[in-house]
Order: sequence, then structure tokens, then C-alpha cells
Amino acid sequence: MLTYIARRLLISIPTLIFISLVIFLLLNLAPNDPMAQVPLTVPPEVKQKMREALGLGQPLYVQFLKWLIQLFWIEPQVFIDYMFNTSFSEGKLRVISWQTRSPVMDIIVQRMPQTLWVVGMSYVVGILIAIPIGIYSAYKQYSVFDQVGTFVTMIGYSVPPFFTGVFVIVIFSVQLGWLPSIYDTTHTVVDWETFKIQLKQMVMPVMVLALQTTAMINRFMRATMLDNLNQDYVRTARAKGLSEWTVVMIHVLRNSMIPVITVIALNVPAIFGGAIITEQVFKVNGIGQQLIGAIYANDLPTVQTITFMFAVLIVLFNLLADIIYGILDPRIRYD
Amino acid sequence: MTDNLNITAKPRSKIKDVWDQFKSHKGALLGAIIFFSIVLLVMVGPFIWPFDANQIDIRSRNQGPSLLHPFGTDQLGRDTLARMMAGGRTSIAVGLAAMALSLFFGSFIGVTAGFYKRLDGVLMRFTDLFLSLPLLPLLLVMMLLFREPLSEAYGPERGMFVLIVVSIGITSWMPTARIVRADVLALKEREFVLAAKASGTSDTLIILRHIMPNVLSPIMVSATLGIANGIITESALSFLGLGFPPDFPTWGRLLNDAVDYLQQFPERVFWPGLAISLTVLSINYLGDGLRDALDPRMRKR
Repeated sequence: MLTYIARRLLISIPTLIFISLVIFLLLNLAPNDPMAQVPLTVPPEVKQKMREALGLGQPLYVQFLKWLIQLFWIEPQVFIDYMFNTSFSEGKLRVISWQTRSPVMDIIVQRMPQTLWVVGMSYVVGILIAIPIGIYSAYKQYSVFDQVGTFVTMIGYSVPPFFTGVFVIVIFSVQLGWLPSIYDTTHTVVDWETFKIQLKQMVMPVMVLALQTTAMINRFMRATMLDNLNQDYVRTARAKGLSEWTVVMIHVLRNSMIPVITVIALNVPAIFGGAIITEQVFKVNGIGQQLIGAIYANDLPTVQTITFMFAVLIVLFNLLADIIYGILDPRIRYD
Repeated sequence: MTDNLNITAKPRSKIKDVWDQFKSHKGALLGAIIFFSIVLLVMVGPFIWPFDANQIDIRSRNQGPSLLHPFGTDQLGRDTLARMMAGGRTSIAVGLAAMALSLFFGSFIGVTAGFYKRLDGVLMRFTDLFLSLPLLPLLLVMMLLFREPLSEAYGPERGMFVLIVVSIGITSWMPTARIVRADVLALKEREFVLAAKASGTSDTLIILRHIMPNVLSPIMVSATLGIANGIITESALSFLGLGFPPDFPTWGRLLNDAVDYLQQFPERVFWPGLAISLTVLSINYLGDGLRDALDPRMRKR
């Protein structure tokens, strides 16, 4: 098992380097000039100074190495300093946003909780809805419940979040006036009343994202349950006289959960991607909105760092899915 | 006499088998009908409909549905139905072109990896690397960076079309490549391929004549899903304001424009959203039916 994990870990290092190279090259080889916004009255030698201050004008590989060092060496030091009040990172150059002139990581740390809160909550809600429906649809295949479930799943699969989001805003905010259409992140929960407001503003973004999660996981859950329900061991269990509940909820469910859990782990990054759009619809000032803002403002360091963080998430959860699969299913380990 | 009858009745073409199975899937049939009606409508509609998508008539702006303008008009008095049809043309064209490109890359890499053992490891690692790229952020970045140079080179609309199609194409070929490779690996060991090899057929001919026709069904299923993916991605980009230029309607763009008037005219978001959803839903049902129909194990004898 340990060698299995070690091998998986080793593979993810070149993957990460490749991805950072792709992101870096894409951003730096593209024909665009970060100094384009600077007024023409600024003399060229000052412009040259500004260029150097931004780390431009050096060979590409130097820029790339510097960025890697900042990201993998200096930023963790900052984090350690913050945690233990040490001073490893003093005076070292961090990744600076061109937009706000403050370290990119600081902004990300400010924005992250909102994203995590909305995305994480929607993921949990989506899974909690999807699994029971998937189990029951598979158990009663082709029943009315299954047909309706499959149809709703198909809708969740096909209708993009930028329409469901806007649609629920039209119904619940504009027409009925029940829920606020904008997510207020400065709102703090202190008592029952504020908790109710928080709940109200979270319902729509969470449910919009959860619909997608539900659709995806429900489809998968139903399919694996169906695969397992037709296996010989199920017939054996029934023949032994086990109750239907034990057969389905213990024998079949445990075997079906193995691939479902991997899919759950694998789709965490995808749901973050979906959050970019949902945050835009509900004006949540999370990490996705920061990315869009940085893209509009041509703020390359921020774009680079956030894109790279999405990549880290993907690699991390792929690794996690592999490891979970290895733990749950011994056959995989010896492959 | 009976012999004669048997001979004429026996051969059932594969296409007929597939069609029979496909017909029995009600959702798929309905999906196919809806999808092709939408395509027909957006292709033929603009020739019949008297209003042009960009014809500004400021005096009749912000109208509700009427006989003259069944879907109403927008803030510049442009007819929404005409804009919907023009937008659908672009959205569906982007979906089809992106699908074709991603299928080309996907099948090429899949077949090569499956057929040539030496290249398998390299190509599959390459596919894995692409799968771990954060696609939506990268697409946004590509839009940001290459929008202007391409607009200058090909004109604002065509440049954007090329950019969107190419970027969706090169970020969505991976699932196709994996499925095709798995199928090719299994096919390669089959007797008819060995026989072709033994009789001295060149690799290119084996691939074209024996392998490709047999991996056509997974490719066709990927194709339907590819169209849906292309349409959704294009709409998402347009919705975020990073797609086609503002005066050039696509469904995502129309939805984005409508969001600005959400308080005054909430019904405006409905049409483009419905169009995207209905198209994608019907394509997904079509794909489901096609998958069942093309899988011989699913076919009831």
C-alpha cells in the first residue's frame, strides 16, 4: 500500500510542473503588454523601470523559475510564519498582484472561505440527495420513481448553472421576493435572526450547484447499483435468507460505493470550476469572482496563481481518489 | 421456394438494427426530433422571418410579446425571435465545429495509442496531463489572451469563432481518446485484424478499413456529447462576457444581456436559457439512445 501511494505521489510531481509550465507559457507567450494601460505621457525609461519591477524583460526560464520559487518556496514560508510567528519570509519577494499591489495569496486567503462555504455546502447537500435517490431508482428500475428521477437527473445534467441560477433569481427574488439575489459576504451570524438571513441567502447558490452534483452522482450511483444488483453474490445472499434490507443496504451498497466515492473525490475540482459561474451569478465575492476580475484587469500574477491553484486541486483530488480506490478495493493496489 | 425466401429475408443491415433499437427508446426519438427541429429552425428561420437580428428600431423598444414580435423586443428594439435564431446559428455552429475538432484529435490520439504499443505510454500520459488541467480557467485565459490578435487577423466575429472552436476542441478531446484507445486495444487482437496483417496489409489501411469502422459507435456517442459540451462551454464564456463581441448574438450572450434587465423584464432571460437547455437536453437524450442502439448487447433479438 505504501509503495502504491508513493508511486502515485511521485507521478503527481511532474504533472504539477507540466501544468505550471503550460499556464506560465500560455500567459507569457501571448502577445499582450501589461504596460499597455500606463498613460503615454510616462517617459520610456520610467516604463522600462516599471517593467523590471514587475520582473519582465528577463529570459523566460528565469521568470518561470522565479515564479516557481515564489510559489513553492516563499509562499509556504509565509504560511509557516503566519502559523508559528516565525520570520523565515522576511524581505523576500512574494507573488504580487498588479491590480492591488498586495500579495496574491493574501487576497486568495480572504476570498477562499466564501467559496469553500458555498461550494462545500452544495457538494454535501448534492451528495446527500443523490445517494438515496440513486439507490432507490436502481432498486425499482423502470418504476415511476426511477423514470422521474432519471428525467430530473437529465435536466440537472443539461441545464447550465448560469441558467438555473438566473431562473431561480427570477422566480424567488424578482417575482416572489422571498430570497435575496445577492450573496452578502459581510453578513455575520450572531443570533437566530441573522442565522435565518444567512440561510436565506445561501439557499439559492447552494441549491443551484447542488443540482449539478446531484445529477452527476445520482447517474453514477444508479448505474453501479444496477451492475451490482445483477451479480451472483446478491442471489446467494438472498438464497441464504438474508432480509432484503441487509442484501441491498449492506452487501450491494458497500460494493457500489467504491466507484461512487472515487467519483465524488474526482469531481471536487469540477465543482470549483462550476463555482466560477455560480459566483458570478449570485455576486459571491469568492475566488472565482477574483479570477474573472483579474482576467478583465489583465492582472497576470493573480490569474496565474489562481489557475495554478485549481490545477493543484485537480491533481490533489486525483491522488486522493486513487488512494481511496486503492484502500477500498485491494485488486487495484497490485495492478 | 422456401430457400429463396430465406435468402431474401435473412440479411438485416446493421443500420436497420440500430434504427429499430433507437426507435424503441422514446426519449431518444423525441430528443432527435427536437434537436433537428431546432437546427432546422435556426438554419431556415432567418430567411423567412422578416426582421433582421441587428435591425435597430428604437421606437418599438422593450416591447412585450405581440403578433408582430412573438418574443418581444430588446432595449434597442431588435426583434428577440430574430436574435434567438441568429444566436442559435452561432451556438450550434460552434458546438458542431468544436465537436468535429475534438473528435478528430480524440480519435487520432486514441487510435494511435491503441494501435502502436510504443506510443501508448507517452500518449496516454499526455492525455492524463491534459485531463488534470483546470479547463474553465484556462479557457477564460485563452479568451483573454488571444482575442485581440485573432480579431485583427480574421475580423472580430470570425476570429472569435476560430478561437472558441479551437480552444474548446483542444480542451475536450481526452475522454474520446481514452474510449477509442480501449476499443482499439481489444480490436487489435481480433482475428480479422491479424488476418489482414498476415496478408500484408499496411498499417494505414488496417486502421482505415478494419479498425475505424469498428470504433465508429463510441465515436458517434462522443460526438453527441461533444456538441452538448461545445454549446454549454460557448454559452458559459459568452455569459461571463468573454465570448463573442456584444453586437453578435449567441444564446449565452443574449442571456448575459438579459441579466442586466432582470428587474424590469425578467421574462427576457427565459428564451435563451430555454433554448440552451432544450438543445442540450435533447442532445443528451439522443446520445443516450444512440449508445443503447449501437451496443449490440443491448439490442433485443
